[in-house]
Amino acid sequence: MLKNDSLENVLSINLTRRTFKVERRPDLFERYLGGTGVATQLLHEECPEGCDPLGPDNPIIFAVGILTALFPLASKTVSMFKSPLTGNLGESHCGGRSAVAIRMAGYGAIVIKGSSSMPVYLSIEGNQVHFRDASTLWGMGNFSSGRIIRENEPGSGLRTIMRIGKGGEKLITYSCVTTETFRHFGRLGLGAVFGSKKLKAVVVSGKSSLPIADKKLYRALYDEVYKSAVDSPVMKKYHDLGTAENIVPLNKFGGLPTRNLQDAQFENASKISGETFARQYLGRRLACSHCPVGCIHIAALREAYEDVSYFFKTSMISYDYEPIYALGTMLGISRPADFLKLMDRVEEAWGVDAMSLGVILAWATEAFEKGLITQEETRGVKLKWGDVKAYIKAGGYIIDQPNDFYKALARGVEYAASVYGGEDFALSFGGNEMPGYHTGPGAHLGVLIGTRHSHLDNAGYSLDQKTLVNKKMKPEEVIDALLAEERWRQILSSLTVCFFARGIYSPELVTRLLAVAGFDLSEGDLERIGREIHAEKYRFKVREGFALDAVRLPKRIFETDSPVSYLDETYIKKALAYAQKTIWKELGREG
Amino acid sequence: MRLAVLETEKCVGCQSCMFACSRRVGEAGLARSCIGVRSIGGMERGFSVVVCRACSDPPCAKVCPTGALVPREGGGGVRVLADKCIGCGHCQKACIIGAVYWNDETNKPMICLHCGYCVDFCPYGVLGMQKREVENVEE
Repeated sequence: MLKNDSLENVLSINLTRRTFKVERRPDLFERYLGGTGVATQLLHEECPEGCDPLGPDNPIIFAVGILTALFPLASKTVSMFKSPLTGNLGESHCGGRSAVAIRMAGYGAIVIKGSSSMPVYLSIEGNQVHFRDASTLWGMGNFSSGRIIRENEPGSGLRTIMRIGKGGEKLITYSCVTTETFRHFGRLGLGAVFGSKKLKAVVVSGKSSLPIADKKLYRALYDEVYKSAVDSPVMKKYHDLGTAENIVPLNKFGGLPTRNLQDAQFENASKISGETFARQYLGRRLACSHCPVGCIHIAALREAYEDVSYFFKTSMISYDYEPIYALGTMLGISRPADFLKLMDRVEEAWGVDAMSLGVILAWATEAFEKGLITQEETRGVKLKWGDVKAYIKAGGYIIDQPNDFYKALARGVEYAASVYGGEDFALSFGGNEMPGYHTGPGAHLGVLIGTRHSHLDNAGYSLDQKTLVNKKMKPEEVIDALLAEERWRQILSSLTVCFFARGIYSPELVTRLLAVAGFDLSEGDLERIGREIHAEKYRFKVREGFALDAVRLPKRIFETDSPVSYLDETYIKKALAYAQKTIWKELGREG
Repeated sequence: MRLAVLETEKCVGCQSCMFACSRRVGEAGLARSCIGVRSIGGMERGFSVVVCRACSDPPCAKVCPTGALVPREGGGGVRVLADKCIGCGHCQKACIIGAVYWNDETNKPMICLHCGYCVDFCPYGVLGMQKREVENVEE
């Protein structure tokens, strides 16, 4: 560790008592690097077994890492908590200005516990923590609350403003926390954990310096990383069209879930492709702090008011591959403006995970078609593929929860289907709604065994596209490949390196970067630490009742053809049995 | 030569220039940065890049009670003579664009040297080096 590095400072805030303290924890950062590794340990320490995810005991943990603010693209903050959606490990990553702001404020991690009796927001400015009254902000959307806090707090350009919308306030189990208007701790319901604590927002700002010993070597290494980032073709891809670039190739490949995965190709994909959005709507590109790539794509949508002439509303709305999949192809929406209108509600007013919401609405549409639910449940909303007005109406009801049906939808698709039926086409894995890949067994196994049931845990969709489509692999081989990838990603997310930069941050480079930061670790050490962090996360999952042989497999994934022909139930079950045996062995348990 | 903000609309807000400025003096982080990037009231509206624009008759130097700020010949901003500076902060107030940054450790101003180190770390051509423009251009 760098001498006197503030990274080892862990700020603990208690919302019930309105107190805070800072503890030095070099033990955590020396052993687990930061980010995911450190947050996992703090979760073990702070989250009591079996605690209510929406109770005061559930901690909110944010962690950054050694390389944050030292090298470009180490730009993510890792959040951990017990998820109100799955009742198990909650982990969600976010960029924006969050990581740099936390590191520059002088912390490696922040832990928030307890619960406030009235709405508050926290302002963390260097070594000061202010508890501010947020009564006026309660009920406000993302844009307005962000603007008001911006005007009331210092640190312009050096701060992050993490906040929740109505979804979080109303404890929707898949509500998100938004930072810098367009970035999100999107998955697994951190927004509801904020809401349960009456915590509307957290502002963090700081401007400090990190004590590098070998300045010359530091500059040379920095130049190397920076140059490979700006010269890399992958980076160009993310800057040019952004992740939305994937719509066309995934559709061509036949792995783009459409209309609740009744199809894996969308006939109108080109109408809502990255190319179309860039040509017709792209208004601005943004970057996270300390990342030269600028992958964030913002559309400008100009809408006329219907009742009065020459009045227009111009909205700036972010788009990415996953929201286009979830709120576009999954709902059969083929007009880009329709997608943007729905996305605007999701991002600005509702503050929920676009992916979960899209999958839930897709399930509801199919359940409505099949007569499992009627207009009585939907309060007169006729859910129909492509009908954006119906989706906006239904989404609003999910936020307001006027009846039992919408209350159920507010708890995720797994729960809704357990009440209303249609489990075969309720697309969640480990309780988390599916991401936009029906590419083959790799994608589905990846989210099933992934510690947070995210496609980014181990990128099974990539294994499908690069390998499985051409070459048959045994179920055991697929699991081994996915586990190896996920273990390495624990290192990247502990260093809080953006996964888009995984091609640049090779194990060899990482060891050299860590050396300049005062860590003498070999590639072998990194492998060992990655394996240990992965096991530690699973240790939490098992403690909270997770078992791979008990996960629900929605039949739909076997009914719709995928580009890899051998996606079937026997194959998946064999793989899961092997995964359970392997992981449980790592934990020293019987499989 | 002076550092110029050529095209703010192309700024994506990555802040690589800010990190470069601190790294120039061998530090990691942002404490020593003399350039700032912040949103214009929300990221959807874009950014402003705040850095010394090398005024021809710099207000910061004019208000300095001890003569610690000396305009550079050839229009390259001002030099801070640390031993003359008493840390009164008048220069910071006089700079209406907010380009006089502050070193909290030494309690003295930090002002862009117009060295151009940050230009190499702006991937989108927002920053560039420019010969001194004609005096008193109306903008």
